[in-house]
Amino acid sequence: MRGWYPMAKVTLKGLSHSYLKTQSSDADWAIRGVDIDWNDGGAYALLGPSGCGKTTLLNIISGLITPTKGDILFDDKVVSGLNPVERNIAQIFQFPVIYDTMTVYDNLAFPLRNRKIPEEEIKAKVHEIAEMLELSSTLNNRASGLTADGKQKISLGRGLVRSDVNAIMFDEPLTVIDPHLKWILRSKLKELHQKINRTMIYVTHDQTEALTFADQVVVMHEGQIVQTGTPVDLFEKPKHTFVGYFIGSPGMNVLPCQIKGNDVFVNGKKIETHQQIKKNNFSKTEVGVRPEFISFSNEGIPVKVLSVSNTGRHKIVDTESETGKIKMIAKSNEDIPSGSAFLKFKKEYTFTYGDNWIIE
Amino acid sequence: MNKTVNQKAWFFVIPVFVLVAFNAIIPLMTVVNYAFQETFGNNVFMWEGTRWFKQIMLSERFHASLGRQFLFTFIILFIQIPLGIAIALTMPKEGIGVPVCLVLMSMPLLIPWNVVGAMWNIFALPDIGFLGHSLNALGFDYNFTQQIGDAWFTTILMDVWHWTSLVVLLSYAGLRSIQPAYYQAAEIDGASRWAVFTKIELPKMKKVLTIAILLRFMDSFMIYTEPFVLTGGGPGNATAFLSIDLVKMALGQFDLGPAAAMSLIYFFIVLLVCWVFYTLMMRNEEKS
Repeated sequence: MRGWYPMAKVTLKGLSHSYLKTQSSDADWAIRGVDIDWNDGGAYALLGPSGCGKTTLLNIISGLITPTKGDILFDDKVVSGLNPVERNIAQIFQFPVIYDTMTVYDNLAFPLRNRKIPEEEIKAKVHEIAEMLELSSTLNNRASGLTADGKQKISLGRGLVRSDVNAIMFDEPLTVIDPHLKWILRSKLKELHQKINRTMIYVTHDQTEALTFADQVVVMHEGQIVQTGTPVDLFEKPKHTFVGYFIGSPGMNVLPCQIKGNDVFVNGKKIETHQQIKKNNFSKTEVGVRPEFISFSNEGIPVKVLSVSNTGRHKIVDTESETGKIKMIAKSNEDIPSGSAFLKFKKEYTFTYGDNWIIE
Repeated sequence: MNKTVNQKAWFFVIPVFVLVAFNAIIPLMTVVNYAFQETFGNNVFMWEGTRWFKQIMLSERFHASLGRQFLFTFIILFIQIPLGIAIALTMPKEGIGVPVCLVLMSMPLLIPWNVVGAMWNIFALPDIGFLGHSLNALGFDYNFTQQIGDAWFTTILMDVWHWTSLVVLLSYAGLRSIQPAYYQAAEIDGASRWAVFTKIELPKMKKVLTIAILLRFMDSFMIYTEPFVLTGGGPGNATAFLSIDLVKMALGQFDLGPAAAMSLIYFFIVLLVCWVFYTLMMRNEEKS
């Protein structure tokens, strides 16, 4: 067996990419000004909606796309000009890619054979991976006869079979897998990560997937990184209103506010927020608070209760204030006032945003 | 599952049946009529049974033209399919080059058969044709109207020029439909260019190539106009392919019975080869 190679620290410096030849506005950039520092052997997720640039970023790291500006470093060595083979990374794509004419075994062995690894070693490695992905019984079948999730397991297998890769990239690999198996495969990946301790980068638009898989989640929005942090950070202290909306179900409430001196007012009512406001030079100011951190009170923001839906674990209450709708979460056994009520925001989890970014 | 019995549905088949009857079955039946009888005109027919079929099947002339036909079809498939794939692989994938190439490729396909024949006839004339004259000037003893090898060479070159584009366009369509992820995955897997071709591109092109081979087989097996205009089947009978021979027999010699029998045999050969080829290709498909 080949030894485990040292893994790579991944650094991205001032990375920007545009698919156009000339760029006139921010919208022409698929990604802009991305800086990232990822440690050896970490599990990272790139989270964001479709079109936010996360796949572009992944393809830049793997070497399938050459960025317009900026550098990629593996272990402080610039790899920007190298192709995927030279960078020695593995990548798994959204839709299963299999070699139709080959058997499952040959599919899994393909990346190793291309690297001229001895046949016995390939055999051992393929059987190990097939075992893990529960493909052992189909090893001699033609790969094209498998179901979509069987095929995707082969794609995963081809990525995992190489023991010396610098990083393994996943581009929404579970899209075509049915929900039950999705859960199993996700745990498998997590387990695998703990076992081989290799840098894994996982692109997804599904917050559950990102938050369960990764230690660090990078949230992207319109080609920019809006926040990097642990799942808890993203939930408790969103640095951008987009993170607030995108993570959590339902997302964060964002209400327009006015800043006068050091105080924050929503519709004339003073609100206690987490931060000390020192400057006020924004064109738009908002207050954000998650539904989890709102409770009914005798005083506070006056609202009308519109509807209540019980999810079993808790109740989601839709209310309307004079500045817009506010959602809150109440315990499932809590009594919900009908008609008018007052809402109170928990100070530590209430933040002020200037032009969408948190005011520090 | 229980199917509903509804005999009225047959009424809906009638229009198609009538149409097919007029454009295929009735003409075919007149051929069948001639194939089993002898006629002396005035609509007087005498039953001959399988005599014409036996005569054709045993005739050396038929064997010779059938042999020429298979050889010709085999050669042009052998050239056009690989050449078509090779050209499709080198065609640009984006930019202004795409429409330019597609239009240029389509040109030969738009030219009528007899014009192609006439063009190549003049082009290849040893004294005044550009091709013929140039070859002779270069020291080759080239004369397609007199030398068998030159006649074959010119006929094949003409067919390759006329029809390779069809294979190119089909292959190009097949190649363009391959998802970029396949190429990316192959790049990540460290596959060589040859492996990308044999493991991804060829398997993905299988269906369009099946169609290309079938179309080229049928068309070339039934080729008539171009060699008729180019060589007239000569020198001697050297390029008298099945259709040319058939027309000679039917309209030149007015042997309607044997010609009808030959038409039917010809028709069944085309049908049989297509069926065998298609079944083989698709059986593989089902297995996987």
